[in-house]
Amino acid sequence: MARSIRKGPYVHHSLLAKIAKAKESSKKAVIKTWSRASMIIPDMVGETIAVHNGKSFIPVYVSENMVGHKLGEFAPTRTFKGHAGNR
Amino acid sequence: MARIAGIDLPRNKRGVIGLTYIYGIGRTSAKNLLAKAGISEEIKVSEWSNDQVQQLALMIQDEYKVEGELRSEVQLSIKRLMDIACFRGIRHRKGLPVRGQRTKTNARTRKGKRKTVANKKKVTK
Repeated sequence: MARSIRKGPYVHHSLLAKIAKAKESSKKAVIKTWSRASMIIPDMVGETIAVHNGKSFIPVYVSENMVGHKLGEFAPTRTFKGHAGNR
Repeated sequence: MARIAGIDLPRNKRGVIGLTYIYGIGRTSAKNLLAKAGISEEIKVSEWSNDQVQQLALMIQDEYKVEGELRSEVQLSIKRLMDIACFRGIRHRKGLPVRGQRTKTNARTRKGKRKTVANKKKVTK
Protein backbone atom coordinates (compact mmCIF):
# COMPACT_ATOMS: atom_id res chain seq x y z
CA MET A 1 0.00 0.00 0.00
CA ALA A 2 1.25 3.45 -0.85
CA ARG A 3 2.09 5.97 1.82
CA SER A 4 -0.53 8.59 2.60
CA ILE A 5 0.09 11.83 0.73
CA ARG A 6 -0.92 13.82 3.81
CA LYS A 7 2.23 12.70 5.59
CA GLY A 8 4.56 13.72 2.80
CA PRO A 9 7.67 11.79 1.82
CA TYR A 10 9.54 10.01 4.59
CA VAL A 11 13.02 11.36 5.28
CA HIS A 12 14.83 10.57 8.50
CA HIS A 13 15.06 13.71 10.65
CA SER A 14 18.79 13.46 11.20
CA LEU A 15 19.34 13.17 7.45
CA LEU A 16 17.16 16.22 6.89
CA ALA A 17 19.29 18.19 9.34
CA LYS A 18 22.48 17.06 7.64
CA ILE A 19 21.17 18.11 4.23
CA ALA A 20 20.09 21.51 5.49
CA LYS A 21 23.55 22.00 6.90
CA ALA A 22 25.24 20.88 3.68
CA LYS A 23 23.08 23.28 1.67
CA GLU A 24 24.12 26.15 3.92
CA SER A 25 27.84 25.54 3.81
CA SER A 26 27.67 24.81 0.08
CA LYS A 27 30.75 22.70 0.53
CA LYS A 28 30.72 19.31 -1.10
CA ALA A 29 31.01 16.86 1.72
CA VAL A 30 29.77 13.30 1.70
CA ILE A 31 26.76 12.81 3.96
CA LYS A 32 26.76 9.46 5.72
CA THR A 33 23.47 7.84 6.49
CA TRP A 34 22.00 4.54 7.61
CA SER A 35 18.53 5.59 6.62
CA ARG A 36 17.95 3.52 3.49
CA ALA A 37 14.20 3.98 3.74
CA SER A 38 14.40 7.74 3.29
CA MET A 39 12.99 9.05 0.08
CA ILE A 40 15.17 11.19 -2.18
CA ILE A 41 13.75 14.70 -2.16
CA PRO A 42 14.63 17.53 -4.57
CA ASP A 43 16.82 19.15 -1.90
CA MET A 44 19.26 16.27 -2.15
CA VAL A 45 19.97 16.69 -5.86
CA GLY A 46 23.64 17.39 -6.39
CA GLU A 47 24.72 16.01 -3.02
CA THR A 48 26.71 12.87 -2.55
CA ILE A 49 25.16 10.65 0.07
CA ALA A 50 26.94 7.63 1.46
CA VAL A 51 24.28 5.00 2.05
CA HIS A 52 24.98 2.10 4.37
CA ASN A 53 24.44 -1.32 2.85
CA GLY A 54 24.87 -3.25 6.09
CA LYS A 55 28.62 -3.43 5.73
CA SER A 56 30.00 -0.25 4.25
CA PHE A 57 28.87 3.11 2.93
CA ILE A 58 28.17 3.31 -0.79
CA PRO A 59 28.53 6.84 -2.16
CA VAL A 60 25.54 7.83 -4.24
CA TYR A 61 25.61 10.97 -6.32
CA VAL A 62 22.01 12.12 -6.44
CA SER A 63 20.75 13.23 -9.84
CA GLU A 64 17.40 14.69 -10.78
CA ASN A 65 16.08 11.40 -12.11
CA MET A 66 16.43 9.75 -8.73
CA VAL A 67 13.91 11.97 -6.95
CA GLY A 68 11.09 9.85 -5.59
CA HIS A 69 13.17 6.72 -5.15
CA LYS A 70 14.46 5.51 -1.80
CA LEU A 71 18.13 5.83 -0.88
CA GLY A 72 18.43 2.09 -0.27
CA GLU A 73 17.67 1.33 -3.91
CA PHE A 74 21.09 2.67 -4.85
CA ALA A 75 23.16 0.71 -2.37
CA PRO A 76 22.82 -3.02 -3.10
CA THR A 77 22.99 -5.24 -0.03
CA ARG A 78 23.97 -8.45 -1.75
CA THR A 79 27.08 -9.34 -3.68
CA PHE A 80 26.72 -11.99 -6.33
CA LYS A 81 30.00 -12.90 -7.99
CA GLY A 82 28.59 -15.64 -10.22
CA HIS A 83 28.52 -19.40 -9.83
CA ALA A 84 31.70 -21.48 -9.44
CA GLY A 85 31.29 -23.12 -12.84
CA ASN A 86 31.15 -19.86 -14.73
CA ARG A 87 34.53 -18.60 -13.59
CA MET B 1 -12.69 -4.04 -42.14
CA ALA B 2 -12.08 -2.18 -38.90
CA ARG B 3 -8.66 -0.63 -38.71
CA ILE B 4 -7.81 1.32 -35.58
CA ALA B 5 -4.39 2.64 -34.56
CA GLY B 6 -2.71 0.72 -37.37
CA ILE B 7 -4.11 -2.61 -36.23
CA ASP B 8 -6.62 -4.83 -38.01
CA LEU B 9 -9.23 -5.88 -35.51
CA PRO B 10 -10.44 -9.48 -35.68
CA ARG B 11 -13.79 -9.36 -37.44
CA ASN B 12 -15.51 -12.33 -35.88
CA LYS B 13 -15.00 -11.36 -32.24
CA ARG B 14 -17.23 -9.39 -29.89
CA GLY B 15 -16.49 -5.69 -29.67
CA VAL B 16 -14.99 -5.73 -26.17
CA ILE B 17 -12.59 -8.50 -27.06
CA GLY B 18 -11.77 -7.12 -30.48
CA LEU B 19 -10.61 -3.81 -29.06
CA THR B 20 -8.18 -5.53 -26.70
CA TYR B 21 -6.11 -6.56 -29.75
CA ILE B 22 -4.78 -3.00 -29.65
CA TYR B 23 -1.71 -2.72 -27.43
CA GLY B 24 -2.70 -0.45 -24.57
CA ILE B 25 -6.39 -1.30 -24.58
CA GLY B 26 -7.45 -3.94 -22.09
CA ARG B 27 -10.83 -5.20 -21.03
CA THR B 28 -11.55 -2.20 -18.81
CA SER B 29 -10.67 0.47 -21.35
CA ALA B 30 -12.49 -1.48 -24.07
CA LYS B 31 -15.62 -1.54 -21.91
CA ASN B 32 -15.38 2.17 -21.14
CA LEU B 33 -14.81 3.04 -24.79
CA LEU B 34 -17.82 1.10 -26.00
CA ALA B 35 -20.04 2.46 -23.25
CA LYS B 36 -19.03 5.99 -24.11
CA ALA B 37 -19.62 5.42 -27.82
CA GLY B 38 -22.97 3.83 -27.05
CA ILE B 39 -22.15 0.57 -28.81
CA SER B 40 -23.18 -2.73 -27.28
CA GLU B 41 -20.31 -4.93 -26.14
CA GLU B 42 -21.99 -7.95 -27.67
CA ILE B 43 -21.91 -6.66 -31.24
CA LYS B 44 -19.23 -8.26 -33.39
CA VAL B 45 -16.50 -6.11 -34.85
CA SER B 46 -17.68 -6.92 -38.38
CA GLU B 47 -21.12 -5.46 -37.56
CA TRP B 48 -19.78 -2.03 -36.63
CA SER B 49 -20.70 0.69 -39.08
CA ASN B 50 -17.99 2.82 -40.59
CA ASP B 51 -19.11 5.76 -38.50
CA GLN B 52 -18.77 3.75 -35.32
CA VAL B 53 -15.29 2.62 -36.27
CA GLN B 54 -14.37 6.19 -37.02
CA GLN B 55 -15.76 7.34 -33.68
CA LEU B 56 -13.82 4.69 -31.74
CA ALA B 57 -10.64 5.50 -33.61
CA LEU B 58 -10.96 9.16 -32.75
CA MET B 59 -11.69 8.44 -29.10
CA ILE B 60 -8.66 6.19 -28.82
CA GLN B 61 -6.50 8.76 -30.52
CA ASP B 62 -7.57 11.48 -28.10
CA GLU B 63 -7.69 9.66 -24.81
CA TYR B 64 -5.33 6.72 -24.94
CA LYS B 65 -1.68 6.14 -25.54
CA VAL B 66 -1.49 3.01 -27.66
CA GLU B 67 0.82 0.85 -29.76
CA GLY B 68 4.18 2.37 -30.72
CA GLU B 69 3.89 5.44 -28.56
CA LEU B 70 3.06 3.40 -25.47
CA ARG B 71 5.77 0.84 -26.21
CA SER B 72 8.41 3.53 -26.47
CA GLU B 73 7.19 5.11 -23.25
CA VAL B 74 7.58 1.80 -21.43
CA GLN B 75 11.04 1.34 -22.91
CA LEU B 76 11.99 4.84 -21.80
CA SER B 77 10.94 4.27 -18.21
CA ILE B 78 12.92 1.03 -18.13
CA LYS B 79 15.91 2.85 -19.55
CA ARG B 80 15.57 5.55 -16.90
CA LEU B 81 15.66 2.88 -14.19
CA MET B 82 18.77 1.36 -15.72
CA ASP B 83 20.51 4.70 -16.10
CA ILE B 84 20.13 5.73 -12.48
CA ALA B 85 21.38 2.30 -11.39
CA CYS B 86 18.70 1.71 -8.80
CA PHE B 87 17.79 -1.79 -7.67
CA ARG B 88 15.05 -2.23 -10.24
CA GLY B 89 17.34 -0.95 -12.99
CA ILE B 90 20.02 -3.44 -12.06
CA ARG B 91 17.50 -6.29 -12.16
CA HIS B 92 16.44 -5.16 -15.62
CA ARG B 93 20.05 -5.10 -16.76
CA LYS B 94 20.71 -8.57 -15.48
CA GLY B 95 17.49 -9.94 -16.94
CA LEU B 96 16.22 -11.12 -13.58
CA PRO B 97 12.79 -10.63 -12.01
CA VAL B 98 12.33 -7.05 -10.82
CA ARG B 99 9.66 -7.36 -8.17
CA GLY B 100 11.30 -9.56 -5.58
CA GLN B 101 10.30 -12.99 -6.85
CA ARG B 102 12.44 -16.00 -6.01
CA THR B 103 15.18 -16.97 -8.44
CA LYS B 104 16.41 -20.19 -6.86
CA THR B 105 13.81 -21.96 -8.98
CA ASN B 106 11.35 -20.70 -11.57
CA ALA B 107 11.69 -17.11 -12.88
CA ARG B 108 12.04 -18.69 -16.32
CA THR B 109 10.10 -15.92 -18.06
CA ARG B 110 12.84 -13.45 -17.23
CA LYS B 111 15.83 -15.76 -17.31
CA GLY B 112 14.91 -17.54 -20.54
CA LYS B 113 15.45 -21.17 -21.38
CA ARG B 114 17.28 -23.30 -18.83
CA LYS B 115 21.04 -23.36 -19.23
CA THR B 116 22.17 -26.75 -18.01
CA VAL B 117 25.40 -26.72 -16.05
CA ALA B 118 27.61 -29.63 -17.01
CA ASN B 119 28.72 -31.95 -14.19
CA LYS B 120 26.63 -30.18 -11.64
CA LYS B 121 26.78 -32.43 -8.60
CA LYS B 122 23.49 -33.96 -7.52
CA VAL B 123 22.71 -33.32 -3.89
CA THR B 124 23.29 -36.59 -2.06
CA LYS B 125 20.64 -37.50 0.47
